[in-house]
Amino acid sequence: MGRRLHVGTFDDAHQLLDAVHACREQGIEIVDVISPFPVHGLDEAMGIRPSRLPWVTLVAGATGLSLGLWFQYWASATNWPIDVGGRPFDSLPAFIVIGFEMTILFAGLATVAALFLRSRLCPWRRLRPGLERTTDDELLLVVRETDARFVPGTHSALLREHGAHAVHEEVEE
Amino acid sequence: MSTDSAAVPLITGGKTPADVTRDVCTPLERRPTALWWLGMLIAVTALGIGVASISYQIMVGIGTWGLNRTVGWGFDITNFVFWVGIGHAGTLISAVLLLFRQKWRTSINRSAEAMTIFAVICAALFPLIHMGRPWLAYWVFPYPNPRGPLWVNFRSALLWDVFAISTYFTISLVFWYVGLIPDLATVRDRATGRWRKRIFGTLSLGWSGTARNWSRYETACVLLAALATPLVVSVHSVVSSDFATAVIPGWHATLFPPYFVIGAIFSGFAMVLTLMLVARKVMNFEDYITRKHIEAICKVLVFTGTIVGLAYATEFFMSWYSGSGYERFVFLNRVAGPFSAAFGVMVLCNVITPQLLWFRAVRNNLLVVFIISLMVNLGMWFERFVIIVTSLSRDFLPSSWSGYVPTWIEVGALVGSFGLFFTCFLLFCRFVPAISMFEVKGVLEHKHSEEGA
Repeated sequence: MGRRLHVGTFDDAHQLLDAVHACREQGIEIVDVISPFPVHGLDEAMGIRPSRLPWVTLVAGATGLSLGLWFQYWASATNWPIDVGGRPFDSLPAFIVIGFEMTILFAGLATVAALFLRSRLCPWRRLRPGLERTTDDELLLVVRETDARFVPGTHSALLREHGAHAVHEEVEE
Repeated sequence: MSTDSAAVPLITGGKTPADVTRDVCTPLERRPTALWWLGMLIAVTALGIGVASISYQIMVGIGTWGLNRTVGWGFDITNFVFWVGIGHAGTLISAVLLLFRQKWRTSINRSAEAMTIFAVICAALFPLIHMGRPWLAYWVFPYPNPRGPLWVNFRSALLWDVFAISTYFTISLVFWYVGLIPDLATVRDRATGRWRKRIFGTLSLGWSGTARNWSRYETACVLLAALATPLVVSVHSVVSSDFATAVIPGWHATLFPPYFVIGAIFSGFAMVLTLMLVARKVMNFEDYITRKHIEAICKVLVFTGTIVGLAYATEFFMSWYSGSGYERFVFLNRVAGPFSAAFGVMVLCNVITPQLLWFRAVRNNLLVVFIISLMVNLGMWFERFVIIVTSLSRDFLPSSWSGYVPTWIEVGALVGSFGLFFTCFLLFCRFVPAISMFEVKGVLEHKHSEEGA
């Protein structure tokens, strides 16, 4: 059984933000917002929690640093130690640069990999047609009709009231 | 002094988001202009000269260069340091200015990052061909090998460089691509041809622009910027360690890492300025790369140019203050020795000319700004030449002193690197949105709200 979705089309990010606030106040469920550019303040308005990507960066960076330092130590002091004028094999200060580069490399690649995985970005993914203008200049606000507060027409009226120049309905699959 | 007031808009011409999409995407969808073909012809010719020179050098050997027993580094390493330096401004604009929330970066960051990537490719070319047997270049990486395994020397600044440059290239490329994804989606959604749809559909990874995607995307961009910022500082510091860890007079200085980093930013911003002044005319981006952007870059140039001047003065002071006769001699030799002309070009172009940018009348005259930017590019190339060749040619023992005259093969390789750089850059302007559309739309949106309120 599909529920109805109302899709409001906006031109202006501020009107869209107002509409999002109004929906939240009235307890209307927001399915998603689709926009051609990031709308500032939308995360708070929709109640999206901050991304956990920084943890991925931290862990991957620490892994890169540890691996980089360990490998240099192992290669220079254990696997094939070369005595250069009696200097110590575990010359840590000399290993810092490559340790640092490995930190950045691991952290950067892992952050991007996590972004792609979590946002399900992959080369063979295709979008359904009809959303072409959302990468140009249109912002869409998608809300869902819930049974608890069902008064016919309220959703569309609310979207129009806040500046949506077009509202259409869809049935959720 | 400042014109950064809200009265001067960042993007002129009263653009709407739809205008931005159209202005940036149309040049990619039409046939290239005659000017583009002319630029491509010149760039490919230069590239051809480079390919011929380098092929000859690889077939015959390093002896085709003017290097000798005393001067072991000449044009090759000068070009390497020059191109790495050029790259730095791109990362600085895209990463550091992102962290500082400088909105003027939005219309130039895409092309500046592209510049970084192409400049690093040009830079990497020179150590590669300097090896003489470039097909063994993978020996610089630590991999399990049948020679022991005999590992690379992790205590060598040259190896640090291998890691710094390859990390820098990888992270810059990834950062650039991630920044492109929403704009590639825009191109995909405008595409009419079947192949164009397919190619950009694949490249844009199914980007949909939902609120959650944007939220995560922006977090990732800030994280990458935070990683790229210390990285870019490390890269030229490591390049300077190639010199500073040697005992050659004129190289052995603790000043080198900050001196090289600021020089890199200086030269990179000069190259950004050169490219942007051309691009805004050729690509009709005058409403996006406005006088305000040019003004901001000019201010960075006069600031970094002054620090470069201070670094030169510090070098001279330290050579005198060190009490080392060899150090003093090297610096006097730079001013009055056989390479004094190169020194003169360096001081004129890097220290004296940029000071003209203090005057607003100069900053507003785009032709003068263009000439100054070219002079800085030239001057920064000569700076590296002066550092490398004057120090090497006359070191401790007068019996081993030597001159250095580059051969046509070396000049050809330098010309070829410019050809490679501009070929890549012109292809980039042709196939990829040269202005970050989604970021410019975000900046427009702020302006609207100020006017609407």
